[in-house]
Amino acid sequence: MGFVEPNNALLDLWLDRAENQTDKGWSGQQRADARARVQKMGLPNRRDEYWKYTRPDRLTEAAVPTAELLSSEDQEIFSGFEQIKIVFVDGVFSPELSDALDGHDVSIELLSQTRTQEGHWASDIFGQLEAAGQSPVERPLAALNTALAEDGVLVHAKGATSKPVHLIYLRQNQSCDVMLHHVVKVDSGASLSFLESGAVGARSNLVLETDIEAAGSFHHVRIQGRDHQRLASTHQFARLRQESTFKSFTLTANGALTRNECVIELLGDDGIAHVAGACVGDGDFVHDDTVFVTHDAVGCESRQVFKKVLRNGATGVFQGKILVKQDAQKTDGYQISQSLLLDEDSQFLAKPELEIYADDVACSHGSTSGAVDEDALFYLRSRGVPKALATDMLTLSFLAEAVDEIDDAELINSVVEWLEGWLERRRT
Amino acid sequence: MLEIKNLHVSLEEEDKQILKGVDLKVEAGKVHAIMGPNGSGKSTLSYVLSGKAGYQVTEGSVTLRGEEVLDLEPEERAAAGLFLAFQYPVEIPGVGNMTFLRTALNSQRKMRGEEEMSAAEFLRVVREKAKSLKIDADMLKRPVNVGFSGGEKKRNEILQMALLEPKMCILDETDSGLDVDAMKLVARGVNALRDENRGFLVITHYQRLLDHIAPDVVHIMADGKIVKTGGPELALEVETNGYSDILAEVA
Repeated sequence: MGFVEPNNALLDLWLDRAENQTDKGWSGQQRADARARVQKMGLPNRRDEYWKYTRPDRLTEAAVPTAELLSSEDQEIFSGFEQIKIVFVDGVFSPELSDALDGHDVSIELLSQTRTQEGHWASDIFGQLEAAGQSPVERPLAALNTALAEDGVLVHAKGATSKPVHLIYLRQNQSCDVMLHHVVKVDSGASLSFLESGAVGARSNLVLETDIEAAGSFHHVRIQGRDHQRLASTHQFARLRQESTFKSFTLTANGALTRNECVIELLGDDGIAHVAGACVGDGDFVHDDTVFVTHDAVGCESRQVFKKVLRNGATGVFQGKILVKQDAQKTDGYQISQSLLLDEDSQFLAKPELEIYADDVACSHGSTSGAVDEDALFYLRSRGVPKALATDMLTLSFLAEAVDEIDDAELINSVVEWLEGWLERRRT
Repeated sequence: MLEIKNLHVSLEEEDKQILKGVDLKVEAGKVHAIMGPNGSGKSTLSYVLSGKAGYQVTEGSVTLRGEEVLDLEPEERAAAGLFLAFQYPVEIPGVGNMTFLRTALNSQRKMRGEEEMSAAEFLRVVREKAKSLKIDADMLKRPVNVGFSGGEKKRNEILQMALLEPKMCILDETDSGLDVDAMKLVARGVNALRDENRGFLVITHYQRLLDHIAPDVVHIMADGKIVKTGGPELALEVETNGYSDILAEVA
């Protein structure tokens, strides 16, 4: 047995950072509650079952880590789209680089600017979905975030929104720890497209809570920054009412450690929740998707589609669960997790789980690991396509099922182009 | 055009010899056919020529227009002008047929030091060639061979051949799985490509394809060797009497 540092000593170091934080304002109570929650749970450690495949140490250690800034002249992804840009630099909102927050058909505010107010629509969501998501599995990093996050956006869609809200994360400082906590509310019948791109910080802990009312629709596309040494932990918590739709896609390239948790509760009949991810890792890369979908209403559909391309010793992890409660009849649940291992040194660790208490449901899951299809590779080469390019074409082909989960053809194109660029830079 | 000398080939994974000294010379402008019973080594020959992994050449040589082929990677052989129409074309989900065709064409051009074809020019050329093979816009848009019928897959092979304009075309059991109409369409596509600068090697079990693609020379292959060579009448003899008579005769 190795020595594991006592959790609460480490946790106190974290909590001390925000010692002067007052617990006033509309979110004060939630912060205090979250502080108590995380103190009870302790930080995750390597002996926790839920962290069996990904060591949490680098996410919890007190010292602020360093990650070299990516020197790149890439054009910003999604730059060709009409959008509302909201820019955070090292986790700090930049009014200069952002569009005006008001004057849109969607309400956008900042957590930091509303905190001292008494009363806010977000108080019904902030920290509440996170708290609900602590059972049956504890997610201490999310509670830590609720307790400590200084900023984030509060987005309220009251009708069909004409432009996507795009959060752009930029970095200037090699060493910085960032916590952001976003809250999104989609009213009954409203719709919102929500984009995120870039590396949040040298190390980041990000929470997104999304509450979707009846017949509301939320579409989320996220491109995680490709700074090589950055560490990222994200939690998405979504609550879906009747006939509402939640679709989320995440693309990850590079990053030393990424843990993306997604917790979805289908609480109204005929809801639809799709969560998908594509990642490409080369070398020092650990990427973990941990998903928990709860069906607690009749006739809901959920899909989980995760694809990982791994090479030069990269590691992929998938823990995905579908829980179907007793009354959630006519549930349609689907889960697939696949890895393309481009060499013998890379590995994929998958734990697919189904837990079903209703008797009239259709749930399927599958998980595979494989190398490049030799027949397809030969076919392409026999037509004159060089081996490296042919391998890249097959890599894109492998990822297509996940990328196609994006509900917008133009967004798909920009993601595919972005992936092509990543592959091309590695081709010799 | 293509010259095969004393070619001996074994499987890499097991110590089994498949080709036991194949000699064959296909001249430019000619169509050669290879017929033979199952397991005679016909398909192995096509794979070895195009560079598929898993085979070991233990003896012999293959040259294409005087250039040694066996040292080349599959993509280099393609750029040198060799083309294999697959018996079982491979499905590649997630890669559009157009992207595939254009990448193949431009990769070959690049390797040969030629200028890449522009998108507009490519589109024009593909449309024209696709039309004569009754390949519609939908088939061009779909992922490579995914959801294609047997006939569509084979037509797609011929489209690739027409587009890439190889010097030496090898057709491996292109008639398998085709009904008569589909076979005629494929044969017409092949015949349109026949010219004095191009060689063909047509591998088939049955004579019927050769009704539509008239060969200049017919070879009978058995147990890893060419055992008999003749004119088109040899194919008819196989059709009438089967392989056993010929094999008994040369035994």
